[in-house]
Amino acid sequence: MLILECPYCGVKAEETELSPGYEAHLKRFGPGSSPEEFEAYMFARKNPKGVHFERWRHSYGCGKWFLAARCTATLEVFGTYPAQVSEPPADIIAKIQARRPDWKGYK
Amino acid sequence: MSTRLAKGGRLINRTAPVEFSFNGKRLKGYQGDTLAAGLLANDQMLVGRSFKYHRPRGIVASGPEEPNALVNLGAGARLEPNQRTTTTELFDGLECTSQNHWPSLEFDVGVVNNYAARFMPAGFYYKTFIHPRPAWKHLFEPFIRRAAGLGKAPTEGDADRYEQAYAFCDVLVVGAGVAGLKAAKAAADAGQRVILLEQTPTLGGRAPVDDTEVDGQPVDAWIAAIEADLMARDNVSIRTRTCGFGVYDHGYVLADERVADHTPGDGRPKHRLWRIRTGKIITATGAIERPLSFAGNDIPGVMLASAVRDYVVNYAVSPGDRTVVVTNNDSAYQTALALKAAGLDVPAILDARETADGPLPQAARAAGIRVLTGKGIAKVKGSTRVTGVAICAQAGEGAVQEEIACEAVAMSGGWSPVVHLWSHCGGKLTWDETLSAFIPDPNRPPLNHDGSAMVEVVGSAAGDLTLTGATVTIPPVWVMPQSAPIQLRSKMWLDYQNDVKVSDVQLASREGYVSVEHTKRYTTLGMATDQGKLSNINGLAVLADSLGQEIPQVGTTTFRPPYTPVTIGALAGESRGEIFQPLRRTPMHEAHEKAGAYFEPVGLWRRPYCFPRAGETHEQAVHREVLNTRQNLGLLDASTLGKIIVKGPDAGKFLDMLYTGVMSTLPIGKCRYGLMCNEQGFLSDDGVVARIDEDTWLCHTTSGGADRIHAWMEDWLQCEWWDWKVYTANVTEQYAQVAVVGPNARKLLQVLGGMDVSKEALPFMQWADGTLAGFPVRVYRISFSGELSYEIAIPASHGAAFWEACTQAGKALGAMPYGTECLHIMRAEKGFIMIGDETDGTVIPQDLGLDWAISKKKADYLGKRGQERTFLASPDRWKLVGFETLDGSVVPDGSYIIADGVNGNGQRNVQGRVTSTYYSPTLKRGIAMGLLQHGPSRMGEVVEFNTAAGGTVKARVRDTVFFDKDGEKQNV
Amino acid sequence: MSEPVSALGGASFQGFATIREIGPVGMITLRAKGLKSLEKAVKAVTGTKLPAQRRIEVNGDRACGWMSPDEYLLVLPYGDVQPALASLGKSLGSEHHLAVDVSDARAVFRIEGEKAAQVLRKLSPVDFDTLAPGELRRTRAAQVAAALWQQDGGFTVVCFRSVAGYVMGLLTHSAQPGSELD
Repeated sequence: MLILECPYCGVKAEETELSPGYEAHLKRFGPGSSPEEFEAYMFARKNPKGVHFERWRHSYGCGKWFLAARCTATLEVFGTYPAQVSEPPADIIAKIQARRPDWKGYK
Repeated sequence: MSTRLAKGGRLINRTAPVEFSFNGKRLKGYQGDTLAAGLLANDQMLVGRSFKYHRPRGIVASGPEEPNALVNLGAGARLEPNQRTTTTELFDGLECTSQNHWPSLEFDVGVVNNYAARFMPAGFYYKTFIHPRPAWKHLFEPFIRRAAGLGKAPTEGDADRYEQAYAFCDVLVVGAGVAGLKAAKAAADAGQRVILLEQTPTLGGRAPVDDTEVDGQPVDAWIAAIEADLMARDNVSIRTRTCGFGVYDHGYVLADERVADHTPGDGRPKHRLWRIRTGKIITATGAIERPLSFAGNDIPGVMLASAVRDYVVNYAVSPGDRTVVVTNNDSAYQTALALKAAGLDVPAILDARETADGPLPQAARAAGIRVLTGKGIAKVKGSTRVTGVAICAQAGEGAVQEEIACEAVAMSGGWSPVVHLWSHCGGKLTWDETLSAFIPDPNRPPLNHDGSAMVEVVGSAAGDLTLTGATVTIPPVWVMPQSAPIQLRSKMWLDYQNDVKVSDVQLASREGYVSVEHTKRYTTLGMATDQGKLSNINGLAVLADSLGQEIPQVGTTTFRPPYTPVTIGALAGESRGEIFQPLRRTPMHEAHEKAGAYFEPVGLWRRPYCFPRAGETHEQAVHREVLNTRQNLGLLDASTLGKIIVKGPDAGKFLDMLYTGVMSTLPIGKCRYGLMCNEQGFLSDDGVVARIDEDTWLCHTTSGGADRIHAWMEDWLQCEWWDWKVYTANVTEQYAQVAVVGPNARKLLQVLGGMDVSKEALPFMQWADGTLAGFPVRVYRISFSGELSYEIAIPASHGAAFWEACTQAGKALGAMPYGTECLHIMRAEKGFIMIGDETDGTVIPQDLGLDWAISKKKADYLGKRGQERTFLASPDRWKLVGFETLDGSVVPDGSYIIADGVNGNGQRNVQGRVTSTYYSPTLKRGIAMGLLQHGPSRMGEVVEFNTAAGGTVKARVRDTVFFDKDGEKQNV
Repeated sequence: MSEPVSALGGASFQGFATIREIGPVGMITLRAKGLKSLEKAVKAVTGTKLPAQRRIEVNGDRACGWMSPDEYLLVLPYGDVQPALASLGKSLGSEHHLAVDVSDARAVFRIEGEKAAQVLRKLSPVDFDTLAPGELRRTRAAQVAAALWQQDGGFTVVCFRSVAGYVMGLLTHSAQPGSELD
């Protein structure tokens, strides 16, 4: 059972205090977008074996959404960070690169 | 016969005798005994029957690995099946019965299976019960079900209580043998917060039985000293009778504490499930001795050598006057020496190895014990107990060289480190050639959240067998004798509990099974309640041999938690009875109970379904409530309705994105109905929105939807539009809400008095703050029934009093409370949709004719792009219409509207389905709404609904408003 | 008008710790962040400073707890909520904030006695050894959301009103005599 540190309140919350929100850094496509763009937004998910960026809500705590960088194979957590960003912060990227030199990047 | 020795017994207290019973027989034991020790002390060698062949079975082991000696423990509300006698502490008054036999343990009819054994090989069930097909359901399955299963499920509710507890530490040590105690002390010395778990009642593990030395001290003294040391420390917590049974991600460990198994009925929780989060896990779980595979190795009296030693040393129990020891390693010699020291006879030690010259074999010879090397057992003599062994050369085919009379056989096939906890989260194993065992590979540990090794293994669990005396090497001896013919191999048990023999695994291999995981499932090897603790390595060695492969190539089956069975009670913990799950109650709940309400669950809420009076059926009550509300006055507890405050300079903009309609233009003081969709465009929730002030709105959600919609709002505000200035607050529970509904609604409010609720002062779809009967209220003039209706919000702590005031004042006006079913019927009569009835996650508002609630002007709202998808914009979709059955009956719930022809699967084509269907007491006929292809353009057409009985119901398509089409009743 | 009634009418249980439902207690949810007048506005209501992350500042029967980076819980006598809301509205004026009365949406429990923490150790995935005095922890109690903190030698637990009966059941179960954890 995972432990993720909520970047807002600093609590090392266990999975039962959190709600999953699936893939992070999705770009919303609304009216006027092409079918391909909308499909990518709505349905195409990465589901990698390895480094992954996810949304989590500290639902039994401060109620805030945050993002987590995690290895889906080993469950190693590279870091958590607030949700108000459109791409992973540099320090998280650097940490992942240090731990996973072969990593191809988040895109 | 097995019996109690006059002297000795490390763990028993001879001054505290206890009485217990087995199959009604009264027996005597001592405090400190396990049930198994107590049974053996009373010569109860036969304790159960095997699963498939009903063979007589006795106690094999002395710990949790025991496959045979399972009993029904206790009686009535404290009956527990499949309890291992080897881990059950004896207490005064213990009652148990043997399992899996009929009519009695001693005479079992099912043993006929034993003689038919050669017709019941591996995969027997798969092969036999295939044809004829119908026979499975009516003949085979009922028969197999009756014969299968160990023990009897209790028929009464469990009389005991259980609980769970959370614990946190830096280092968790599982197993308090010598290695575990050392690890705990080292961690404690380093200032770490330590929890030490031990599954038995005492610390020290098996080492004291072997009378070894640790750090130059006698082991008992060493243990006593370290125990005292650890107990005195603040940073160490020791829990005995607690089995760490599962390792999970990120240092999470579950452990089962058997708090009161040995003191039943004393009021303490029977078990406590510990949910432990630790920085690091050290497993010191020891090793389990392996049986040897020789013919008749399952006859009562054949035991693990270490178990024989445990019974003699710990409990002063003799397995019999004469015990033959058979082994492939040195550790079993300790058993011979222990028996000898207790004054018992060891007629011979049969050692499969060609030579045995270590210190222990030398000591055995010096003690005058006959040691025969290169020998094995051709066959064990006896049926319900051992009477002797036939000796053969290990290298041969089993030609009998000599027979020795004995009452017990102590066997050792080497040791298997307990690697389960290491493996639960992905720790890898490596095959150790010298030990003939899988041991943890420290280079491939399970990983923690930071990528570090989560588990460390110490002591014999890591393959360090020095304390067992089985030093240096354990040569592989998987079958005894090595070239045994089929007659012998089909009597060599691998898995005692599931009756899997050497010959079964070999047959599986011949039939093409090459994967150990498949072989396991085909033969059921290791699938019993002991999960193959004794049988797995022997089984896969036999499989590897049959396949002509090396053991590491074949690999092991997967180790999964729990290590030992955990009772459901412990897993459920406090979640039983009244607190099985949270039950949400409104402030008026007690009043409803007093009024005799019949409740239904709505999410976790309990809402009155109806308020039946004496002699009334629920249906009659509902009909009375509908008619009374339409004619006089109904009161509904609407407190569960979701209420979310949305405030801020950007709140209007935000709500325009959230709802399909426009909320930003709603004037202060007014209400507007709104729909919310998910991004796919499907309808998700609906409700009335009220504009409170310039930058504040109150959004009502469905009863089940408040938390979900609040989370949905926060998701968009936090993750997409984080620069918008909007705050939300879920105030659902701050207010009780009472719907006052019916022609007399206004009169009731006027009787309560305090504010002007006239048509002019408070028109339809407006709200006002004020007081009623002195209560501070907010009154919404909205209607979900088509009647004159006010929904009155009041602080929850006044909810019950206000409900009572309405009830009292309403008496003269014909007021009656009504429940959710009446609400449903009244809304259906008016053609109002209900989320969850008309919607199911695949329905867009346009399907329901709700285009009027969708803004055409807005550039965007959540779900707009999704609704533009071609298949949702198609004119061929099923759309909402009303239905009137031709005969006035009620369309069955769940019915489909049939169409011509059949589909590719030969099923009748359909063109729609019913979504709401009720008997309308107002109209005295069945009414229904449903989705029908091209529905709105088919008014007046007659369609057919199917029924579960196979018939059809004819109904005419019509509009959805069945009652008071012009809204005259609510506009007064 | 009637007197306000708390969810369980002051139910209590005496086990190895004492469980009491208290209330009604006045509570205000205040959502605001980085406002100049926030510190002062809160002080005027609770007499405390603005709490730091995960802290609760207590002042007699008033307190201010940190609930999230933009949310505070103000605790005060039930009867003082309306004037407090008025005061907050005046102090914060047109600055972007939300202050709502949630007194009736909550149930409040006190757990007292030497082993009070053990009652909660059975219900919440919280390391009570490292829970600092004055720390407000939002978590769950078995299956429902709860907030708790140490105060006056015991614990105060806040949950939603509708599940007050469930939480009382949990606390009663956990405080049964004979089920002490050490």
